[in-house]
Amino acid sequence: MTRPMLELVGLNKRFGDLTVLHDIHLRVGQGELVFVIGPSGSGKSTMLRCCNRLEEPTSGSVLIDGADITACSPRALNKMRLNLGMVFQGFHLYPHMDAVGNVMLAQVKALGRSKDEARARALEMLDRVGLRHKSDAMPSALSGGQQQRVAIARALALDPKVMLFDEPTSALDPELVGSVLAVMKDLRTSGMTMLVVSHEMGFAREAADRVIFMDGGVIVEEGQPEAIFTNPQAERTRAFLSRVRG
Amino acid sequence: MEDFIRLFLNVEVMLRTWPLLKQGLWMTAQLCAVVIGLGLVGGLFLSFLAMAKSRWLRWPAFVVIDVLRAVPPLVLLIFIYSGLPFAGLDISPFAAVAVAFFLNNSAYYAEIYRAGIQSIPAGQTEAARATGLTSAQAMAYVVLPQAVRNVLPDLLSNTVEVVKLTSLASVVSLAELLYSANMARSLTYNSSPLVMAALIYLAFLWPLVRLVSRYQRKLAV
Ligand SMILES: Nc1ncnc2c1ncn2[C@@H]1O[C@H](COP(=O)(O)OP(=O)(O)O)[C@@H](O)[C@H]1O
Ligand SMILES: [Mg+2]
Repeated sequence: MTRPMLELVGLNKRFGDLTVLHDIHLRVGQGELVFVIGPSGSGKSTMLRCCNRLEEPTSGSVLIDGADITACSPRALNKMRLNLGMVFQGFHLYPHMDAVGNVMLAQVKALGRSKDEARARALEMLDRVGLRHKSDAMPSALSGGQQQRVAIARALALDPKVMLFDEPTSALDPELVGSVLAVMKDLRTSGMTMLVVSHEMGFAREAADRVIFMDGGVIVEEGQPEAIFTNPQAERTRAFLSRVRG
Repeated sequence: MEDFIRLFLNVEVMLRTWPLLKQGLWMTAQLCAVVIGLGLVGGLFLSFLAMAKSRWLRWPAFVVIDVLRAVPPLVLLIFIYSGLPFAGLDISPFAAVAVAFFLNNSAYYAEIYRAGIQSIPAGQTEAARATGLTSAQAMAYVVLPQAVRNVLPDLLSNTVEVVKLTSLASVVSLAELLYSANMARSLTYNSSPLVMAALIYLAFLWPLVRLVSRYQRKLAV
Protein backbone atom coordinates (compact mmCIF):
# COMPACT_ATOMS: atom_id res chain seq x y z
CA MET A 1 0.00 0.00 0.00
CA THR A 2 1.03 3.60 -0.57
CA ARG A 3 2.01 5.86 2.32
CA PRO A 4 -0.88 5.95 4.82
CA MET A 5 -2.41 9.43 4.89
CA LEU A 6 -5.10 8.61 7.42
CA GLU A 7 -4.74 5.89 9.99
CA LEU A 8 -7.14 4.94 12.77
CA VAL A 9 -5.46 2.85 15.45
CA GLY A 10 -7.57 1.02 18.01
CA LEU A 11 -10.22 3.72 17.98
CA ASN A 12 -12.95 3.47 20.61
CA LYS A 13 -15.85 5.81 21.25
CA ARG A 14 -18.42 5.57 24.00
CA PHE A 15 -21.33 7.88 24.75
CA GLY A 16 -21.95 7.13 28.41
CA ASP A 17 -22.72 3.42 28.52
CA LEU A 18 -23.20 3.14 24.78
CA THR A 19 -20.18 1.87 22.87
CA VAL A 20 -20.45 3.33 19.40
CA LEU A 21 -17.02 2.45 18.01
CA HIS A 22 -15.13 -0.63 19.09
CA ASP A 23 -11.43 -1.03 18.34
CA ILE A 24 -11.46 0.39 14.81
CA HIS A 25 -8.30 -0.10 12.74
CA LEU A 26 -8.24 1.52 9.35
CA ARG A 27 -5.59 2.77 6.94
CA VAL A 28 -6.25 4.96 3.96
CA GLY A 29 -3.25 5.23 1.64
CA GLN A 30 -2.31 8.29 -0.35
CA GLY A 31 -4.67 8.76 -3.27
CA GLU A 32 -6.91 5.96 -2.10
CA LEU A 33 -10.68 6.16 -1.92
CA VAL A 34 -12.16 4.08 0.86
CA PHE A 35 -15.90 3.71 0.83
CA VAL A 36 -17.84 2.98 4.01
CA ILE A 37 -21.26 1.36 4.12
CA GLY A 38 -23.37 0.09 6.97
CA PRO A 39 -26.80 0.39 8.55
CA SER A 40 -27.96 3.57 10.22
CA GLY A 41 -26.57 3.85 13.73
CA SER A 42 -23.58 1.63 13.03
CA GLY A 43 -21.13 4.43 13.89
CA LYS A 44 -20.07 5.68 10.43
CA SER A 45 -20.60 9.36 11.18
CA THR A 46 -19.01 9.03 14.60
CA MET A 47 -15.94 7.45 13.01
CA LEU A 48 -15.53 10.36 10.59
CA ARG A 49 -16.15 12.90 13.34
CA CYS A 50 -13.49 11.29 15.51
CA CYS A 51 -10.98 11.79 12.68
CA ASN A 52 -11.00 15.57 13.13
CA ARG A 53 -12.08 15.42 16.76
CA LEU A 54 -15.47 17.01 16.30
CA GLU A 55 -16.12 14.04 18.54
CA GLU A 56 -13.42 13.17 21.09
CA PRO A 57 -12.38 9.52 20.79
CA THR A 58 -12.59 7.67 24.10
CA SER A 59 -9.33 5.91 23.32
CA GLY A 60 -7.09 5.06 20.39
CA SER A 61 -5.44 7.41 17.97
CA VAL A 62 -5.88 8.99 14.58
CA LEU A 63 -2.81 9.75 12.47
CA ILE A 64 -2.90 12.18 9.61
CA ASP A 65 0.11 11.71 7.37
CA GLY A 66 1.85 10.26 10.41
CA ALA A 67 0.95 13.05 12.85
CA ASP A 68 -1.26 12.11 15.80
CA ILE A 69 -4.26 14.44 15.95
CA THR A 70 -5.51 12.83 19.14
CA ALA A 71 -2.39 13.85 21.05
CA CYS A 72 -2.12 17.52 20.24
CA SER A 73 -2.88 20.77 22.03
CA PRO A 74 -6.06 22.71 21.24
CA ARG A 75 -4.02 25.24 19.28
CA ALA A 76 -2.27 22.56 17.24
CA LEU A 77 -5.62 20.88 16.67
CA ASN A 78 -6.89 23.89 14.73
CA LYS A 79 -3.85 23.66 12.47
CA MET A 80 -4.16 19.88 12.08
CA ARG A 81 -7.78 20.20 11.04
CA LEU A 82 -6.66 22.12 7.97
CA ASN A 83 -5.36 18.80 6.66
CA LEU A 84 -8.80 17.22 6.81
CA GLY A 85 -11.58 18.52 4.60
CA MET A 86 -15.02 17.53 5.80
CA VAL A 87 -18.25 17.44 3.83
CA PHE A 88 -21.50 16.99 5.74
CA GLN A 89 -24.82 15.49 4.75
CA GLY A 90 -26.52 18.81 5.49
CA PHE A 91 -23.96 21.03 3.68
CA HIS A 92 -23.78 23.58 6.54
CA LEU A 93 -22.91 26.51 4.34
CA TYR A 94 -22.88 29.83 6.16
CA PRO A 95 -26.21 31.35 5.10
CA HIS A 96 -25.12 34.95 5.73
CA MET A 97 -22.24 34.80 3.25
CA ASP A 98 -22.25 34.37 -0.51
CA ALA A 99 -20.59 31.35 -2.11
CA VAL A 100 -17.19 32.95 -2.48
CA GLY A 101 -17.36 34.28 1.10
CA ASN A 102 -18.05 30.76 2.33
CA VAL A 103 -14.97 29.49 0.55
CA MET A 104 -12.81 32.41 1.70
CA LEU A 105 -13.52 32.54 5.43
CA ALA A 106 -11.22 29.83 6.77
CA GLN A 107 -8.52 30.63 4.22
CA VAL A 108 -8.26 34.11 5.71
CA LYS A 109 -8.96 33.37 9.38
CA ALA A 110 -7.34 29.96 9.83
CA LEU A 111 -4.69 29.81 7.09
CA GLY A 112 -3.79 33.49 7.22
CA ARG A 113 -4.05 34.09 3.47
CA SER A 114 -4.64 37.63 2.29
CA LYS A 115 -8.14 38.48 1.10
CA ASP A 116 -7.01 38.76 -2.51
CA GLU A 117 -5.21 35.47 -2.39
CA ALA A 118 -8.18 33.78 -0.72
CA ARG A 119 -10.62 35.20 -3.24
CA ALA A 120 -8.52 34.03 -6.18
CA ARG A 121 -8.24 30.58 -4.67
CA ALA A 122 -11.97 30.49 -3.86
CA LEU A 123 -12.88 31.35 -7.45
CA GLU A 124 -10.51 28.68 -8.68
CA MET A 125 -12.16 26.10 -6.41
CA LEU A 126 -15.67 27.20 -7.38
CA ASP A 127 -14.60 26.81 -10.98
CA ARG A 128 -13.41 23.32 -10.22
CA VAL A 129 -16.83 22.32 -8.88
CA GLY A 130 -18.52 24.02 -11.83
CA LEU A 131 -19.93 26.98 -9.93
CA ARG A 132 -17.71 29.88 -10.88
CA HIS A 133 -20.79 31.67 -12.26
CA LYS A 134 -22.52 31.37 -8.86
CA SER A 135 -19.70 32.91 -6.86
CA ASP A 136 -21.79 35.78 -5.52
CA ALA A 137 -24.97 33.76 -4.95
CA MET A 138 -26.22 33.34 -1.40
CA PRO A 139 -26.66 29.71 -0.28
CA SER A 140 -30.45 30.12 -0.12
CA ALA A 141 -30.42 30.86 -3.85
CA LEU A 142 -28.59 27.61 -4.67
CA SER A 143 -29.98 24.11 -5.18
CA GLY A 144 -28.94 21.39 -2.73
CA GLY A 145 -26.48 19.97 -5.23
CA GLN A 146 -24.94 23.38 -5.78
CA GLN A 147 -24.72 24.02 -2.05
CA GLN A 148 -22.93 20.73 -1.54
CA ARG A 149 -20.46 21.57 -4.29
CA VAL A 150 -19.75 24.93 -2.66
CA ALA A 151 -19.19 23.04 0.59
CA ILE A 152 -16.68 20.81 -1.21
CA ALA A 153 -14.94 23.88 -2.62
CA ARG A 154 -14.82 25.37 0.89
CA ALA A 155 -12.96 22.29 2.12
CA LEU A 156 -10.67 22.00 -0.92
CA ALA A 157 -9.56 25.62 -0.73
CA LEU A 158 -7.56 24.77 2.39
CA ASP A 159 -5.45 22.20 0.48
CA PRO A 160 -6.35 19.24 2.72
CA LYS A 161 -4.45 15.98 2.58
CA VAL A 162 -7.59 13.93 3.17
CA MET A 163 -11.25 14.55 2.40
CA LEU A 164 -13.97 13.07 4.61
CA PHE A 165 -17.48 12.76 3.18
CA ASP A 166 -20.44 11.93 5.42
CA GLU A 167 -23.33 10.91 3.19
CA PRO A 168 -22.75 13.88 0.87
CA THR A 169 -25.68 13.07 -1.42
CA SER A 170 -28.25 11.67 1.05
CA ALA A 171 -30.07 14.98 1.45
CA LEU A 172 -30.27 15.65 -2.28
CA ASP A 173 -33.09 15.18 -4.77
CA PRO A 174 -32.16 12.23 -7.02
CA GLU A 175 -31.59 14.41 -10.09
CA LEU A 176 -28.98 16.48 -8.22
CA VAL A 177 -26.90 13.56 -6.93
CA GLY A 178 -24.96 13.15 -10.16
CA SER A 179 -23.42 16.62 -10.11
CA VAL A 180 -21.91 16.02 -6.66
CA LEU A 181 -20.67 12.53 -7.52
CA ALA A 182 -19.05 13.92 -10.67
CA VAL A 183 -17.06 16.37 -8.56
CA MET A 184 -16.03 13.55 -6.23
CA LYS A 185 -14.89 11.41 -9.16
CA ASP A 186 -12.86 14.29 -10.48
CA LEU A 187 -11.23 14.65 -7.08
CA ARG A 188 -10.43 10.99 -7.01
CA THR A 189 -8.84 11.17 -10.44
CA SER A 190 -6.66 14.05 -9.32
CA GLY A 191 -5.26 11.87 -6.56
CA MET A 192 -7.08 13.11 -3.47
CA THR A 193 -7.19 10.72 -0.50
CA MET A 194 -10.82 10.17 0.40
CA LEU A 195 -12.89 8.45 3.08
CA VAL A 196 -16.50 8.37 1.94
CA VAL A 197 -19.59 7.26 3.84
CA SER A 198 -22.39 6.83 1.32
CA HIS A 199 -25.13 4.62 -0.05
CA GLU A 200 -24.23 5.29 -3.70
CA MET A 201 -23.16 1.75 -4.57
CA GLY A 202 -22.75 2.61 -8.25
CA PHE A 203 -20.24 5.29 -7.33
CA ALA A 204 -18.40 2.84 -5.10
CA ARG A 205 -18.12 0.33 -7.96
CA GLU A 206 -16.66 2.96 -10.26
CA ALA A 207 -14.45 4.92 -7.93
CA ALA A 208 -13.66 3.08 -4.71
CA ASP A 209 -10.44 1.20 -4.09
CA ARG A 210 -11.85 -0.55 -1.06
CA VAL A 211 -15.24 -0.92 0.57
CA ILE A 212 -15.70 -1.27 4.29
CA PHE A 213 -18.85 -2.63 5.88
CA MET A 214 -19.52 -1.45 9.42
CA ASP A 215 -22.13 -2.72 11.83
CA GLY A 216 -22.56 -2.18 15.54
CA GLY A 217 -19.41 -0.09 15.83
CA VAL A 218 -17.03 -2.62 14.30
CA ILE A 219 -15.60 -3.16 10.83
CA VAL A 220 -17.25 -6.40 9.85
CA GLU A 221 -15.73 -6.85 6.44
CA GLU A 222 -13.58 -5.06 3.91
CA GLY A 223 -12.41 -5.69 0.39
CA GLN A 224 -12.55 -4.73 -3.27
CA PRO A 225 -15.92 -3.23 -4.26
CA GLU A 226 -16.73 -6.11 -6.63
CA ALA A 227 -15.85 -8.69 -4.00
CA ILE A 228 -17.95 -7.04 -1.29
CA PHE A 229 -20.94 -6.35 -3.51
CA THR A 230 -21.09 -9.63 -5.41
CA ASN A 231 -19.62 -12.06 -2.94
CA PRO A 232 -19.84 -10.79 0.64
CA GLN A 233 -18.38 -13.17 3.19
CA ALA A 234 -20.18 -12.12 6.38
CA GLU A 235 -23.83 -12.90 6.91
CA ARG A 236 -24.42 -9.35 8.22
CA THR A 237 -22.99 -7.84 5.03
CA ARG A 238 -25.18 -10.03 2.90
CA ALA A 239 -28.28 -9.10 4.90
CA PHE A 240 -27.46 -5.41 4.67
CA LEU A 241 -26.81 -5.47 0.94
CA SER A 242 -29.98 -7.37 0.15
CA ARG A 243 -31.89 -4.88 2.27
CA VAL A 244 -30.52 -1.76 0.53
CA ARG A 245 -31.01 -3.31 -2.87
CA GLY A 246 -34.65 -3.95 -1.94
CA MET B 1 -60.37 74.80 24.41
CA GLU B 2 -58.50 78.06 24.39
CA ASP B 3 -57.20 77.29 27.90
CA PHE B 4 -56.15 73.83 26.85
CA ILE B 5 -54.07 75.17 24.00
CA ARG B 6 -52.58 77.88 26.22
CA LEU B 7 -51.59 75.39 28.94
CA PHE B 8 -50.54 72.36 26.91
CA LEU B 9 -49.77 73.37 23.35
CA ASN B 10 -48.34 76.82 23.91
CA VAL B 11 -45.82 77.33 21.11
CA GLU B 12 -44.46 80.50 22.65
CA VAL B 13 -43.62 78.66 25.91
CA MET B 14 -42.16 75.75 23.98
CA LEU B 15 -39.83 78.01 22.06
CA ARG B 16 -38.80 79.83 25.23
CA THR B 17 -37.99 76.64 27.14
CA TRP B 18 -36.42 74.80 24.19
CA PRO B 19 -32.81 75.62 25.22
CA LEU B 20 -33.45 73.92 28.57
CA LEU B 21 -35.02 70.88 26.94
CA LYS B 22 -32.23 70.74 24.43
CA GLN B 23 -29.76 70.33 27.28
CA GLY B 24 -31.95 67.61 28.75
CA LEU B 25 -32.14 65.86 25.41
CA TRP B 26 -28.36 65.93 25.16
CA MET B 27 -28.08 64.39 28.62
CA THR B 28 -30.59 61.69 27.66
CA ALA B 29 -28.61 60.99 24.51
CA GLN B 30 -25.37 60.59 26.46
CA LEU B 31 -27.07 58.34 28.97
CA CYS B 32 -28.54 56.19 26.19
CA ALA B 33 -25.20 55.94 24.44
CA VAL B 34 -23.47 54.73 27.59
CA VAL B 35 -26.20 52.37 28.77
CA ILE B 36 -26.93 50.87 25.34
CA GLY B 37 -23.28 50.68 24.29
CA LEU B 38 -22.05 49.09 27.50
CA GLY B 39 -25.20 46.99 27.73
CA LEU B 40 -24.69 45.45 24.31
CA VAL B 41 -21.14 44.48 25.24
CA GLY B 42 -21.88 43.47 28.84
CA GLY B 43 -24.92 41.48 27.72
CA LEU B 44 -22.84 39.54 25.22
CA PHE B 45 -20.27 38.79 27.88
CA LEU B 46 -22.96 37.64 30.32
CA SER B 47 -24.57 35.44 27.68
CA PHE B 48 -21.21 33.74 27.03
CA LEU B 49 -20.86 33.09 30.75
CA ALA B 50 -24.39 31.71 30.87
CA MET B 51 -23.52 29.26 28.07
CA ALA B 52 -20.07 28.34 29.39
CA LYS B 53 -19.10 24.68 29.65
CA SER B 54 -18.07 25.06 33.29
CA ARG B 55 -20.95 25.18 35.72
CA TRP B 56 -18.83 27.40 37.97
CA LEU B 57 -19.22 30.12 35.36
CA ARG B 58 -22.71 29.22 34.23
CA TRP B 59 -24.43 29.18 37.57
CA PRO B 60 -23.30 32.57 38.87
CA ALA B 61 -24.19 34.05 35.48
CA PHE B 62 -27.74 32.70 35.74
CA VAL B 63 -28.11 34.07 39.25
CA VAL B 64 -26.86 37.50 38.21
CA ILE B 65 -29.11 37.59 35.16
CA ASP B 66 -32.19 36.51 37.10
CA VAL B 67 -31.63 38.90 39.98
CA LEU B 68 -31.01 41.83 37.68
CA ARG B 69 -34.17 41.09 35.75
CA ALA B 70 -36.27 40.60 38.86
CA VAL B 71 -35.24 43.77 40.70
CA PRO B 72 -37.17 46.85 39.47
CA PRO B 73 -34.70 49.20 37.78
CA LEU B 74 -35.83 52.13 39.93
CA VAL B 75 -35.10 50.17 43.10
CA LEU B 76 -31.68 49.30 41.76
CA LEU B 77 -31.04 52.95 40.90
CA ILE B 78 -32.02 54.26 44.32
CA PHE B 79 -30.06 51.51 45.98
CA ILE B 80 -26.92 52.42 44.07
CA TYR B 81 -27.38 56.16 44.32
CA SER B 82 -28.14 56.32 48.04
CA GLY B 83 -26.49 53.09 49.16
CA LEU B 84 -23.00 53.44 47.73
CA PRO B 85 -22.12 56.67 49.60
CA PHE B 86 -22.59 54.66 52.82
CA ALA B 87 -19.92 52.31 51.55
CA GLY B 88 -17.63 55.28 51.20
CA LEU B 89 -18.12 55.54 47.43
CA ASP B 90 -19.22 58.95 46.27
CA ILE B 91 -21.03 58.58 43.02
CA SER B 92 -22.44 61.19 40.68
CA PRO B 93 -26.08 60.96 39.62
CA PHE B 94 -24.94 60.26 36.07
CA ALA B 95 -22.68 57.41 37.14
CA ALA B 96 -25.38 55.95 39.41
CA VAL B 97 -27.93 55.98 36.61
CA ALA B 98 -25.45 54.63 34.09
CA VAL B 99 -24.39 51.76 36.35
CA ALA B 100 -27.92 50.84 37.47
CA PHE B 101 -29.39 50.78 33.98
CA PHE B 102 -26.30 49.19 32.47
CA LEU B 103 -26.69 46.29 34.91
CA ASN B 104 -30.41 45.94 34.35
CA ASN B 105 -30.06 46.26 30.62
CA SER B 106 -27.14 43.83 30.27
CA ALA B 107 -29.26 41.10 31.79
CA TYR B 108 -32.00 41.63 29.22
CA TYR B 109 -29.57 41.83 26.33
CA ALA B 110 -27.86 38.68 27.64
CA GLU B 111 -31.07 36.68 27.46
CA ILE B 112 -31.75 37.94 23.95
CA TYR B 113 -28.26 37.04 22.75
CA ARG B 114 -28.53 33.63 24.34
CA ALA B 115 -31.80 32.89 22.56
CA GLY B 116 -30.21 34.04 19.30
CA ILE B 117 -27.05 32.00 19.68
CA GLN B 118 -28.97 28.89 20.67
CA SER B 119 -31.17 29.25 17.58
CA ILE B 120 -28.17 28.58 15.34
CA PRO B 121 -27.79 24.88 14.45
CA ALA B 122 -24.73 23.10 15.82
CA GLY B 123 -23.75 22.17 12.27
CA GLN B 124 -22.70 25.77 11.66
CA THR B 125 -20.15 25.70 14.45
CA GLU B 126 -19.00 22.23 13.42
CA ALA B 127 -18.47 23.28 9.82
CA ALA B 128 -16.45 26.26 11.00
CA ARG B 129 -14.36 24.27 13.47
CA ALA B 130 -13.76 21.56 10.88
CA THR B 131 -12.08 24.19 8.68
CA GLY B 132 -9.66 25.07 11.46
CA LEU B 133 -11.36 28.11 12.97
CA THR B 134 -10.96 28.52 16.72
CA SER B 135 -14.12 28.48 18.81
CA ALA B 136 -13.87 32.26 19.20
CA GLN B 137 -13.58 32.72 15.45
CA ALA B 138 -16.50 30.39 14.81
CA MET B 139 -18.55 32.45 17.25
CA ALA B 140 -17.49 35.82 15.83
CA TYR B 141 -17.73 35.12 12.10
CA VAL B 142 -20.28 32.36 11.80
CA VAL B 143 -22.63 32.13 14.78
CA LEU B 144 -23.00 35.69 16.08
CA PRO B 145 -23.81 37.41 12.78
CA GLN B 146 -26.66 34.95 12.21
CA ALA B 147 -27.75 35.03 15.86
CA VAL B 148 -27.94 38.81 15.97
CA ARG B 149 -29.91 38.89 12.76
CA ASN B 150 -32.40 36.40 14.19
CA VAL B 151 -33.00 38.44 17.33
CA LEU B 152 -32.70 41.93 15.89
CA PRO B 153 -36.35 42.78 16.64
CA ASP B 154 -35.85 41.83 20.28
CA LEU B 155 -32.61 43.77 20.55
CA LEU B 156 -34.36 46.79 19.06
CA SER B 157 -37.38 46.52 21.31
CA ASN B 158 -35.17 46.26 24.34
CA THR B 159 -33.31 49.33 23.17
CA VAL B 160 -36.59 51.24 22.98
CA GLU B 161 -37.27 50.18 26.57
CA VAL B 162 -33.86 51.48 27.62
CA VAL B 163 -34.49 54.90 26.12
CA LYS B 164 -37.77 55.13 28.02
CA LEU B 165 -36.07 53.84 31.15
CA THR B 166 -33.66 56.78 31.19
CA SER B 167 -36.55 59.08 32.13
CA LEU B 168 -36.42 57.46 35.59
CA ALA B 169 -33.12 59.27 36.09
CA SER B 170 -35.13 62.38 36.97
CA VAL B 171 -35.68 60.71 40.36
CA VAL B 172 -32.05 61.33 41.30
CA SER B 173 -32.17 64.86 39.85
CA LEU B 174 -30.19 64.05 36.77
CA ALA B 175 -31.12 66.75 34.29
CA GLU B 176 -32.17 64.55 31.42
CA LEU B 177 -35.07 65.26 29.08
CA LEU B 178 -37.97 64.57 31.45
CA TYR B 179 -36.32 66.34 34.40
CA SER B 180 -35.60 69.39 32.25
CA ALA B 181 -39.13 69.47 30.91
CA ASN B 182 -40.55 69.24 34.40
CA MET B 183 -38.30 72.06 35.53
CA ALA B 184 -39.44 74.17 32.60
CA ARG B 185 -43.03 73.43 33.58
CA SER B 186 -42.53 74.66 37.12
CA LEU B 187 -40.71 77.77 35.90
CA THR B 188 -43.42 78.72 33.41
CA TYR B 189 -46.48 77.34 35.24
CA ASN B 190 -47.33 75.73 31.92
CA SER B 191 -47.42 72.07 30.86
CA SER B 192 -46.40 72.65 27.26
CA PRO B 193 -42.74 71.67 27.91
CA LEU B 194 -43.93 68.24 29.05
CA VAL B 195 -45.92 67.84 25.86
CA MET B 196 -42.82 68.86 23.96
CA ALA B 197 -40.76 66.23 25.81
CA ALA B 198 -43.36 63.61 24.96
CA LEU B 199 -43.23 64.65 21.32
CA ILE B 200 -39.44 64.37 21.33
CA TYR B 201 -39.57 60.84 22.77
CA LEU B 202 -42.18 59.99 20.19
CA ALA B 203 -40.13 61.42 17.34
CA PHE B 204 -37.17 59.23 18.24
CA LEU B 205 -38.93 56.06 19.29
CA TRP B 206 -41.78 55.82 16.84
CA PRO B 207 -39.51 54.98 13.88
CA LEU B 208 -37.79 52.32 16.01
CA VAL B 209 -41.10 50.82 17.05
CA ARG B 210 -42.22 50.75 13.39
CA LEU B 211 -38.96 49.07 12.48
CA VAL B 212 -39.50 46.37 15.11
CA SER B 213 -43.00 45.65 13.77
CA ARG B 214 -41.75 45.45 10.24
CA TYR B 215 -38.96 43.06 11.18
CA GLN B 216 -41.32 40.88 13.15
CA ARG B 217 -43.64 40.64 10.20
CA LYS B 218 -40.76 39.82 7.90
CA LEU B 219 -39.42 37.08 10.19
CA ALA B 220 -42.92 35.63 10.56
CA VAL B 221 -43.25 34.81 6.85
N1 LIG C 1 -23.64 12.90 20.63
C1 LIG C 1 -24.14 11.67 20.84
N2 LIG C 1 -24.59 11.32 22.06
C2 LIG C 1 -25.08 10.08 22.29
N3 LIG C 1 -25.19 9.13 21.34
C3 LIG C 1 -24.77 9.42 20.11
C4 LIG C 1 -24.24 10.70 19.78
N4 LIG C 1 -23.90 10.69 18.47
C5 LIG C 1 -24.21 9.47 18.00
N5 LIG C 1 -24.74 8.68 18.98
C6 LIG C 1 -25.15 7.30 18.83
O1 LIG C 1 -24.09 6.59 18.25
C7 LIG C 1 -24.58 5.60 17.37
C8 LIG C 1 -23.90 5.74 16.04
O2 LIG C 1 -24.32 6.95 15.44
P1 LIG C 1 -23.74 7.44 14.06
O3 LIG C 1 -22.27 7.48 14.11
O4 LIG C 1 -24.44 8.69 13.71
O5 LIG C 1 -24.19 6.26 13.07
P2 LIG C 1 -24.33 6.28 11.50
O6 LIG C 1 -23.68 7.49 10.95
O7 LIG C 1 -23.68 5.00 11.07
O8 LIG C 1 -25.80 6.25 11.20
C9 LIG C 1 -26.08 5.75 17.32
O9 LIG C 1 -26.64 4.79 18.18
C10 LIG C 1 -26.31 7.13 17.86
O10 LIG C 1 -27.53 7.20 18.52
MG1 LIG D 1 -24.47 9.06 9.84
